[in-house]
Amino acid sequence: MSATGRGERAGAARGERAGVARADREQRVLSIIETARAKRAKFRDERVTMAHGAGGKATQGLIEGLLLPALDPDGAGTLAQLADAGTVDGDLLLTTDAFVVTPLRFPGGSIGELAVNGTVNDLAVAGARPLGLSLSLILEEGLPADVLRAEVEAIATAAAAAEVAVVTGDTKVVERGHADGMYVTTAGVGRRDPRARVAPDALRPGDRVLVSGPVGEHGTAIMLARGEFDLDADVTSDTHSLWPAADALLGAAGSALRCMRDATRGGVASVLNELARASGVGVSVREADVPVRPVVSGAAEILGIDPLSIANEGVLLAFVAPGQADAALAALRAVPGHEQAAEIGEVRAEPPGMVLVDTAFGGRRVMDQLVGDPLPRIC
Amino acid sequence: MRFVDEFRDAELGRVVAGELLATVDPARHYKLMEVCGGHTHAIYKYGIDDLLPDNVELVHGPGCPVCVIPMGRVDDGIAIAHEPGVIFTCFGDMLRVPGSHGTLLDAKAQGADVRMVYSPLDALRIAREQPDRQVVFFAIGFETTAPSTALTLMRAKAEGIDNFSVVCNHVTIVPPLRALLESPDLRLDGFIGPGHVSTVVGARPFQFIPERYGKPVVISGFEPLDVLQSALMLLRQLRDGRCEVENQYARVVPYDGNAAALRVMGEVFVLRPHFEWRGLGFISQSGLRLSDAYADFDAELRFATPGVRVADPKACQCGEVLKGVIKPWECKVFGTACTPERPIGTCMVSSEGACAAYYNFGRFARRREREAV
Repeated sequence: MSATGRGERAGAARGERAGVARADREQRVLSIIETARAKRAKFRDERVTMAHGAGGKATQGLIEGLLLPALDPDGAGTLAQLADAGTVDGDLLLTTDAFVVTPLRFPGGSIGELAVNGTVNDLAVAGARPLGLSLSLILEEGLPADVLRAEVEAIATAAAAAEVAVVTGDTKVVERGHADGMYVTTAGVGRRDPRARVAPDALRPGDRVLVSGPVGEHGTAIMLARGEFDLDADVTSDTHSLWPAADALLGAAGSALRCMRDATRGGVASVLNELARASGVGVSVREADVPVRPVVSGAAEILGIDPLSIANEGVLLAFVAPGQADAALAALRAVPGHEQAAEIGEVRAEPPGMVLVDTAFGGRRVMDQLVGDPLPRIC
Repeated sequence: MRFVDEFRDAELGRVVAGELLATVDPARHYKLMEVCGGHTHAIYKYGIDDLLPDNVELVHGPGCPVCVIPMGRVDDGIAIAHEPGVIFTCFGDMLRVPGSHGTLLDAKAQGADVRMVYSPLDALRIAREQPDRQVVFFAIGFETTAPSTALTLMRAKAEGIDNFSVVCNHVTIVPPLRALLESPDLRLDGFIGPGHVSTVVGARPFQFIPERYGKPVVISGFEPLDVLQSALMLLRQLRDGRCEVENQYARVVPYDGNAAALRVMGEVFVLRPHFEWRGLGFISQSGLRLSDAYADFDAELRFATPGVRVADPKACQCGEVLKGVIKPWECKVFGTACTPERPIGTCMVSSEGACAAYYNFGRFARRREREAV
C-alpha cells in the first residue's frame, strides 16, 4: 500500500459515516415523494394533450383531478372505486369504452372487434358475464362503405364469439376531417357471477400475481401496422374475449380470486401500479417469469420500449390468495389461448403503493407508470 | 434474442460482481462517471447498482441529448412551430422539454403542427409529400445522431427539396468532458466512456483524459454485462496503477471511429464558436451549425426566432446533476415540484436523464441499501 494508505483509510471511515447520514437524507426525500404520490392526482393542465389519453399518469390526473371530484365528490359512489365496471343495482354491472384506433384494421383484428372485446373484457374482469351491448358509431363523411361493412361484420362476429347481443345503438356522421374514419363506442351490461368477490382494494400480502398470456402483442402490432418504423415482424393483436379465462379463474379460486384487470392502455405496468395504490400494498414482479414472445421483445428492444408498458387487448392479470394460486394457474392454462399463462410475482406489505421488479439480470428496480405514450429512445 | 441475451446473463453478472469485489480496495471509495445517458438508463433499468460493491459509486454524466438543451433553444423551436404553414418535427423526448412558456406538446395542443418522428429521414419524407408546407426538423444529439441529420440534409440537397430545414442543436462530446475535468469541485476516479458516440468518433478523442488529466477511460457497451465489465476494467486499471483508454465495446467501436460518418459530418456541419449547454453554460467549440454549403437548409436563417438566452429556473439544479456534483435526489425540487409528469428540468424529461431514470427506476434500490447498512 502507498504511503498515503493510512490517510485514505481514515478518510474512508469518515466517508462511511457521511454515507450513512447521506442515505438517511435520501430516505427522507424518498418518503416525501411517496407521500406526495399517495395523494389524489391533480389536473392542472391548461389544455388536453395526447398524454391525457395514454393511460398513464396524465390520464390518472384527468380522472382523479377532474372527473371524480365532479361526478363522485364524496367518493361514496361506484365511480370512485375506479373499477372496470360499475355496479348499477345489486349484481348488475355497467361499463363503457370508446375506440379510436388508427389504422382501423391491423394484423389480428380491427376497430369493430376491439369495440366488442374491450367492453366484454371490462365486464369479465369485474367478474360479470356479459348480457348485452350498446353500439354507437361516429362516421366520417366519405368513409368507404366497404370499410364500414367490414367493421359491422367484425362487430357481429366478435359479439357472436363472446355470446353477447348488441341490443341498442346509435349512428352519427361528422364532416370530413372531424373524425379519423370512424370511432366506435360500446357500453355493456353484465351480471356479476355469484362466485365473484373481486375488488381493486382487495389485494393482500402473499397474494400471487398471474398473467393470462404473453404481453405486448396488441400494442406492438398497432405500432408496426402504422408503418412508422419500417419494421416487419410477425406480430398480431391478441384481441379476444376474456370471459372464458375469467370464468375458469372464478371456478378454480372462487372468493380467493381477489381481483382481475385487463392490461390495456399502459400495459401490465399501469394495472399493477393502480392496484398497488388502491390496495395500499407493494407488488413484486419477477421479470424473467413474464411471458413475452421473442418477436415482441425484439421489436420492443429495437424501439427502446418496455413490453410491460405496451397495451394488450386479450391479457388479464389475476391476483389470487396463495393457497389457490396453483389451482387457478392450472385452470387458466387449460383455457384455449391461455396455455402460456404464468405466475409472475406476488403482493407484499412493503413498500405500499409501489411496484418493484427483480430484473432478469439480478438487480432490482421500480416499475412506474409512464406519463404518456411509450416513446422510442433517441440513440 | 441472440446478441442481446448473452449480455444480460445473470449468472455471468454474478461472476463479474464477484471479481469486482475481489478487485476493489475495501478501504477506498471509488467514484466512476458514466458519461452517456444510455448507460444511466441501463444502470437503473437493470439494477446494476445492486451488483456493485458498496464502495463503488456511479456518478451520472452530461451525455444525455435532451438534457443539455437550454431553454432558449426550446423557445426558438416553439416560435418556429407556431409559424403559419410549418410542420415542426422532432424526436419524442423533445416534445416534453419545458421552454420558458411551456413545451412543444403544449404548442401542439394550442394548434401548432408538431409531429414526433423517429428519424430525420421521416421529416424529409413529410417534406417530400407536402411540398406546400415548410417542414422543420429540430435536430439534437451528440456525434451519435449528427451523421443521420447530415445524410438527410445531403439527400434533401441532392433532391432539391426546398421546403425542408433543420434547427441544428447538435453538440460534440469532448468539450463538455474537458469542461468537467477543469471543474474544481469534481472528484472522479475514472470514466465509463460513451459507447454510441465512440462508434462514430472512435476511441482516439478520449486519449487526452488519461494523458492530460490522469483519469482512466473504458469505452463501454450498453448491456448490463458491458457496464459491469467496464467498471471492472476501470477498477483493475486503478488497482494496477495504469491509466489509459480501454475499449470494452470493441465489437462495435473501432479505435479510429467511422470514417464515412465523420466525412459527412465534416461536409454538412461546422463548429460554432460557442454553444450554450443546459446547466453548464457556454462551452466554446462545442456545438455544430450547418456549413455555408447547407445554409439554405438552416431553419435559424429561414425563420425569425427570438434567439434569447433564457436563464434556467432558479430552483432547478440540472447543471449540478449533469456535472455529477449532486445526485438527482439532492436537488431541491426533485420528485416534488419536478416530476416526470411536470418536469422543471431537462434531466427529468428524457428516459436517459439521470433524474428521470432515478425517479422511474431507482426510487427503491437506494432505500434497500440503507436498510442493509
